[in-house]
Amino acid sequence: MTSTSTAFEKARAEDRAALIGYLPAGFPSVEGSIRAMRTMVEAGCDAIEVGLPYSDPVMDGPTIQDAAQQALDAGVRTRDVIEVVRAVAETGVPTLVMTYWNPVERYGVERWASDLAEAGGAGLITPDITPDHGSAWIAAADEHDLDKVFLVAPSSTDERVAMTVAESRGFVYAAAVMGVTGAREATSDLAGPLVRRVRAAGDIPVAVGIGVSNGDQAAEVARFADGVIVGSAFVRALLDHPGDEAAGLEALRALTADLAEGVRRG
Amino acid sequence: MSQTQSQTQSQALPGGPMRYEADERGYFGGTWGGRFMPEALVAALDELTVAWQDAMADASFVADFERVLRDYAGVPSRLYHAERLSEKVGARVLLKREDLNHTGAHKIRNVMGQALLTKRMGKSRVIAETGAGQHGVASATAAAWFDLDCTVYMGAVDTRRQALNVARMQLLGAKVVPVESGSATLKDAINEALRDWVASVDHTAYLFGTAAGPHPFPSMVRDFCRGIGDEARAQCLDQYGVLPDAVAACVGGGSNAIGLFTAFLEDDGVEIHGFEPGGDGVETGRHAATIHAGEAGVLHGARTYVLQDEDGQTVESHSISAGLDYPGVGPQHSWLAASGRASYTPVTDAEAMEAMALLSRTEGIIPAIESAHAIAGALEVAKRLGQEKGPDATIIVNLSGRGDKDMGTAIEWFGLGDADLGPDADLEQVADEAAQ
Repeated sequence: MTSTSTAFEKARAEDRAALIGYLPAGFPSVEGSIRAMRTMVEAGCDAIEVGLPYSDPVMDGPTIQDAAQQALDAGVRTRDVIEVVRAVAETGVPTLVMTYWNPVERYGVERWASDLAEAGGAGLITPDITPDHGSAWIAAADEHDLDKVFLVAPSSTDERVAMTVAESRGFVYAAAVMGVTGAREATSDLAGPLVRRVRAAGDIPVAVGIGVSNGDQAAEVARFADGVIVGSAFVRALLDHPGDEAAGLEALRALTADLAEGVRRG
Repeated sequence: MSQTQSQTQSQALPGGPMRYEADERGYFGGTWGGRFMPEALVAALDELTVAWQDAMADASFVADFERVLRDYAGVPSRLYHAERLSEKVGARVLLKREDLNHTGAHKIRNVMGQALLTKRMGKSRVIAETGAGQHGVASATAAAWFDLDCTVYMGAVDTRRQALNVARMQLLGAKVVPVESGSATLKDAINEALRDWVASVDHTAYLFGTAAGPHPFPSMVRDFCRGIGDEARAQCLDQYGVLPDAVAACVGGGSNAIGLFTAFLEDDGVEIHGFEPGGDGVETGRHAATIHAGEAGVLHGARTYVLQDEDGQTVESHSISAGLDYPGVGPQHSWLAASGRASYTPVTDAEAMEAMALLSRTEGIIPAIESAHAIAGALEVAKRLGQEKGPDATIIVNLSGRGDKDMGTAIEWFGLGDADLGPDADLEQVADEAAQ
């Protein structure tokens, strides 16, 4: 297991922000998603978030919904997600799972933590549980030495930011726009203040998810955050090349390189 | 119909008068409910919790709520002795006539309560999800009355099935957004409303349509609907001098049912029966009998019974009644089932349609197909009670809505509208044949 903190330490040593890339497992196929994530690692992602496709993704915009639905329609299973993690973690970069809660509860929280750790996964990002309703996961993660990445939002009170920082391990995920996932034209002026509030609450890396889709935006976020999270733009790169894997991977590689250059410029 | 109790694990009850209430974090019985929600919505849910609790403790808010329900919505509804139906089953059947409320269902209580709270909180816009369109129409009505902007999310499949309700909402001034994602039905409309709310929460209230979802919705919606049971209990005592032997309601998300049940939870001698949509029959897999056939999980922010596959993906539900067609259920019902206080039994589409015809022809009341599930199930309970206790045995059935909206379904099911169908046609037989 490689804690995500190693990715932030490496980036900090190079005086830059970390680039964290997301793709759903099983999109466009289980093997295809592994090749795509490995391409992102080769082209400069410092950590990978493996999405677990779910039937009711309330925090996701149309792009990620579309990809997750395609993965479900193609028959992706929870156990496949573990295998994707194993294949990506073999590259040596920290590999987390981002998942809504019910599939984990259904799989069995303890069994999930055990299997994820065994596959070399770094931990879990949980968009629909907060630490105050996440005691089962916190206990299992601690038992298996896994990262617990909880989210903060512009609407979080200082008290809740402090609680979230105290309960997180690996990094804190600052969802810095009030809205669902998706690429955005402009970065939000809510992000800087939110990152400052997290930093004031404790010593843990803070990565920002804000709809970044190019190197310039990544550079802007990298100026004030420890990490830049990109999801929908990667998914879009694949969605735009249906049935042409080589072109999709090439688009991923080019986008990753642009973003990786951006986090070094910030 | 199967009268077996739902197969749920019995759990020990905590003691005291609060045993059926949620704790301060929204858990019923320590397990069911809670708040499995994005952090971005927690501040709004906390704000709503405080506002709701303050309002319910404020005599002027409660008086305003009662006044608007009385003057505008026709509440309290009557408790009506269905004499011919009672004769048929050998027990006293009392119908709580929520079908006579403004907009034709119990749902007006919930939306007027939530809209009044929205005004109190100083917000200017409401959003709602809707399946068949009943909660959407009620929300659009409340928004018109309170002068609030209103957007209703409705599955694209449902907007096509329920074009008349789309038109009603539009006439009332609401914007209707068809939802194409997922299965394009009620659960996806809830997902889309939540997505809107994450981005609009500073000025928008989410008028949740049932007693489900994250804390405080299950308890808050229950509070706004509990007048159904409070009134029925007092009316029954006043009119007959006794408490009923049983109460019965249909359960989709469960707002009308929890609204009826709440007043009777501490009356240990009163049986509590919920009737779930059995669709084509639970054994076929095409149903929405969440408690009877689902398993514990988390959906739309609460731990409750969920129709799900072995990976925890939500399974599409099926019911002839769009208002019951939901793969989850309010968490308090899960607790009432798990604790053994209430029983939940599936009623099939065919049984419900048969009850719809029966009530129409014995009492001159065309029920909503949702409510027809309650009628069908309650008549079986009434027969048993009559045999055990004689003709004074009493059951209160929540007639939660009227059936005008369901005439399209009835026309298709019974072959109505054909001039060859004489007044002597045996609709029960037609329904039986349709089921085979």
